[in-house]
Amino acid sequence: MGVEGIGARVARKEDKRFLTGKGRYTDDMVVPGMKYAAFVRSPHAHATIRSIDVASAKAMPGVIDVLDGKQLLADGIGNLICGWMIHSKDGSPMRMGAWRPLADKTVRYVGDAVAIVVADSVAEARDAAEAVVIDYETLPVVTDLVEALGEGQPQIHPEAPGNLIFDWEIGDAGATDQAIAAAAHVTELKIVNNRLSPNAMEPRATLGIYDAGDDHFTCYTTSQNPHLARLVMSAFYNVAPENKLRVIAPDVGGGFGSKIFIYPEEIVCLWASKRTGVPVKWTADRTEAFLTDAHGRDHVSTVKMAFDSSNRITALKVDTIANLGAYMSLFSSCVPTYLYATLLSGQYAIPAIHANVRTVYTNTAPVDAYRGAGRPEATYLLERTMETAARELGLSPAELRRINFIRSFPHQTPVIMNYDAGDYEASLTAAMKTVDWDGFAARKAEAEGRGMKRGIGMSCYIEACGLAPSAAVGSLGAGVGLWESAEVRVNAVGTIEVMTGSHSHGQGHETTFAQVVAERFGVPIDSVNIVHGDTDKVQMGMGTYGSRSGAVGMSAVFKALDKVEAKAKKIAAHLMEADESDIVIENGALKVAGTDREVPWSQVALASYTAHNLPPGMEPGLKEGAFYDPSNFTFPAGCYICEVEVDPETGQTKIVQFVAADDFGNIINPLIVEGQVHGGLAQGIGQALLEGVHYDKSGQLLTASYMDYAMPRADDLPSFKVTTSNTPCPSNPLGVKGCGEAGAIGSPPALINAITDAIGNNELTMPATPQKVWAAARAIS
Amino acid sequence: MYETNYHRAASIEEAAKLMGTVAEGKYLSGGMTLIPTMKQRLAAPSDLVDLRHIAEMKGVTVDGRAVRIGAATTHEEVATSAAIAAVCPAICGLASHIGDPHVRHMGTIGGSIANNDPAADYPAAMLALDAVIMTDRRELRAENFFTGLFETALEEDEIVTAVRFEAPVKAAYQKFANPASRYAMTGVFVARRDDGVVRVAVTGAGSSGVFRHQGLETALSANWSPAAVANVTVDDSDLLSDIHASAAYRANLVKVMAKRAVAAA
Amino acid sequence: MAKITMTVNGRQVSGTCDDRTLLVHFIRENLGLTGTHVGCDTTQCGACVVHIDGQSVKSCSILAAQAAGSSVTTIEGLASNGELHPVQAAFKTHHGLQCGFCTPGMVMAAVDMIRRHGSSLDEATVRTELEGNICRCTGYHNIVQAILAAAAETGGVRQAAE
Repeated sequence: MGVEGIGARVARKEDKRFLTGKGRYTDDMVVPGMKYAAFVRSPHAHATIRSIDVASAKAMPGVIDVLDGKQLLADGIGNLICGWMIHSKDGSPMRMGAWRPLADKTVRYVGDAVAIVVADSVAEARDAAEAVVIDYETLPVVTDLVEALGEGQPQIHPEAPGNLIFDWEIGDAGATDQAIAAAAHVTELKIVNNRLSPNAMEPRATLGIYDAGDDHFTCYTTSQNPHLARLVMSAFYNVAPENKLRVIAPDVGGGFGSKIFIYPEEIVCLWASKRTGVPVKWTADRTEAFLTDAHGRDHVSTVKMAFDSSNRITALKVDTIANLGAYMSLFSSCVPTYLYATLLSGQYAIPAIHANVRTVYTNTAPVDAYRGAGRPEATYLLERTMETAARELGLSPAELRRINFIRSFPHQTPVIMNYDAGDYEASLTAAMKTVDWDGFAARKAEAEGRGMKRGIGMSCYIEACGLAPSAAVGSLGAGVGLWESAEVRVNAVGTIEVMTGSHSHGQGHETTFAQVVAERFGVPIDSVNIVHGDTDKVQMGMGTYGSRSGAVGMSAVFKALDKVEAKAKKIAAHLMEADESDIVIENGALKVAGTDREVPWSQVALASYTAHNLPPGMEPGLKEGAFYDPSNFTFPAGCYICEVEVDPETGQTKIVQFVAADDFGNIINPLIVEGQVHGGLAQGIGQALLEGVHYDKSGQLLTASYMDYAMPRADDLPSFKVTTSNTPCPSNPLGVKGCGEAGAIGSPPALINAITDAIGNNELTMPATPQKVWAAARAIS
Repeated sequence: MYETNYHRAASIEEAAKLMGTVAEGKYLSGGMTLIPTMKQRLAAPSDLVDLRHIAEMKGVTVDGRAVRIGAATTHEEVATSAAIAAVCPAICGLASHIGDPHVRHMGTIGGSIANNDPAADYPAAMLALDAVIMTDRRELRAENFFTGLFETALEEDEIVTAVRFEAPVKAAYQKFANPASRYAMTGVFVARRDDGVVRVAVTGAGSSGVFRHQGLETALSANWSPAAVANVTVDDSDLLSDIHASAAYRANLVKVMAKRAVAAA
Repeated sequence: MAKITMTVNGRQVSGTCDDRTLLVHFIRENLGLTGTHVGCDTTQCGACVVHIDGQSVKSCSILAAQAAGSSVTTIEGLASNGELHPVQAAFKTHHGLQCGFCTPGMVMAAVDMIRRHGSSLDEATVRTELEGNICRCTGYHNIVQAILAAAAETGGVRQAAE
């Protein structure tokens, strides 16, 4: 490893612009003639639109136009879609209801967009939006996922009778039931996975620009995957053909999944730009973000875990209902199925697993992938169950897990996944050592003396990242392939540009991708520019989510580097009249191995472009592209341990220690990996302790600002103790697994296991607010 | 925010005069509650009269145990006032936990009191300290000043100019913050005069805003110790209930915060 | 409409805006200084923190007219002669930022915090003092490290100068 190569703890190249206020986010963009949009949104969770009167709004100061869903429909703009087909267990396809970018007949959640106002200023657009008069006929509302499936509930989409979208299963029901019937012990639990709001700090924004001269659209947007946005807007929403639509995702202020999806606003602003003849910018305020950004989680499950007399798990049976909200968002169907139930084996050898998943419509915001997406739900279910089982069986939590760990690889689970590598014992041991597990009893006794209740809890998680082998996901219903592309362009002076389809919105790709190049050619990272986020600059890409940028995006760069290296070596060999196989790259030069003959990297680059002296038949230039399609998922795993102190008088939980021991495979930059873990932990701890979306019975969102939605703040969290023990991933050339979601996946059960240990009551749901913990502690004493 | 007109007053007289000339005016001090409320279009004053630059409304004077705080004094200035800390550190501690550092640089005691948010901290202190609220035309005892949720005895154009109180021998404020907003979910201010009389005021919990708790006052007047709180009953029928805390939980917090305040005083 | 004059990052500026225009929008739109961000509507996230007359404030909850006549420092005014301010440098060294959106407000908050507390800052104080700044990426761990490191460095320098 060089000082800036793979494994180096390099400070980020991109930091300077963010630290000096020079980041360029979508809302920072200004173009000549630009005007501002405000959306008119439904105040009702379920209603029929009788009429829309825009006359007085149109007459207000500064207003350019007010456009509604009928006009959008007349112009042929298509429905928003879900891009992953799931079939119910009876073979029928999922029942997708129509989602209009501007509702024209029915609104189905509070915040559903109905019309757009374009005006000279944001304030004037909002003034006019209030003046749009809409006559609604309100309809009955259901917001709860279990109630939505009941008899006589409001029907949300005609396409989905009883609000059931699909009833899907995985695994062997017969074998599972048999094992449960024959079990020595069965642990049963009801698990609720609370609904969350993603809350990237940059609210969503978009700037739609129509150029009538070229009949061409440009869309600046807060997206994790601009190419997918262009593909979907072109192929399904009829905004424009791909060659007439450029999508740019500039600096993006966090995503966590919520900026994967294509939302109505991008489409409507592009369309409105053409209708009004002016560029149209829209930026969400935080309340709009709470109302309309796709939420996460919202599962209710029952679980049965069967054990034989030696405490080995013999079967796992899960029944889950997942709330998808009012409309099916882009990846909503795969989250509670293939990103969830395929991980239900956890780190354990379980011979029989069966999971049944029903997804439902409700009069709430759409629910889709949020950091971890399905895997946190699986981990929470499994690790709460394991902890409960350990308590019931009278074993230490570590002992029960050790008895059941998978210890040889590859390991085929009963739920599709084939784990390629791992060492779960190593992570468990590292975590227990770091937290000083053996000293806990003494610390608990000391806390008791101060009137505090101390508890400790663990969680052993596994996730599937590096999404994903295209053929495999295609066979499971995905509408796209999940490869990645890269292009490495060596300039004539030897500096390098890397075009990648991955998108950085906090992950530090401009540094880590450059480190991979630096490692290969011995050039400084400052001579390598990473270009991303613009469909005009990067040919094609699948974006960043599912911890895929390292395993898939970087692997594509790696493949392109192979090609560049091969050509550079041919040129160097020709220049030095040596054999190509004798050329090695060291310290920024191409050398003939075992001699003192060398040409600097920059000279090889220049030679490729002057083309005065290239090998016979070789094309000029030094630029190569590659597509990388992974052969398997990657399987990051680890053990998290949380130690808490509960104040029994108030129910306040204080985290006194949080230890994360992860296996991420090879690490490109430990500084950045640690940062990813810290951030994930904060979100997982937020889910467990603080965060929860609440709707009332009429479908009004009660947690629509930071006054009511509790975001983790600095004083809610401890400093984290983070360590890794890595087994390289065998399926990609860099041996990396992905680290972006682990913290959010592994932490919630560790925390709840710790609190329930502290208070001696296992009945506790997330978020474990002071009020709930106080009540649970009192219920037992 | 709806359209509004901004005026800056240099004196109390000028402020009152400006207010007399406008349709639906509101006084603006630090603006830490009013501006966010206007942003959400929940308030729509035609005009704002800014009091923050009126020199005579700023500053702290301490004379013996008599404390006077100008209405335009910021939370940060109160929190860091050595003069107040010498006689009544409880009020400095309270001010140092209002909002966050940036809010404390703008927000003022007069603005907080005049707004009377049911979860604000200062009203509890004013009530427990038996403070006098001074306006441009009269003086009001705190008990007669705070009249309900966001309601005070102030007339439309009346300006809070200062507050004054006699520093008690013992006082402390304990707040249990709402995990989201960080406002008081329950805050209790206890104050014990040298004659042994104890006043206890509760914020964040009451369904009609800040209130004094008779039971706690009686118990603590008889026995100034944390243990004295144990046998007091806090009736939850008049307490707030919301997604963060039920009335029963708030009733518990009233006792716990009172106990801890006495211990800290 | 209000005609506003103030000093921003050491330069006198003036502009015309609605009386209802917030300081953050005046800074972003009239002055084109887009480093100051808006992340919430309720005065909580702190992405908009700037300094007025040397004190940190939330520019999303102050009218531009309220700040007229004041001296305002934004994130763009912190570095001098192309050199990062010690707090900016510490954020980079300690990886105290990821997506960068909350960063300008965090840095401005940190500079103010160190002004008030100097090198006496400890971890618990830093965490409490960050109550008005929300970050969704970092889990605050490295932000806290960065502020402690910057406080040790600049606080030490200040003491030596006194």
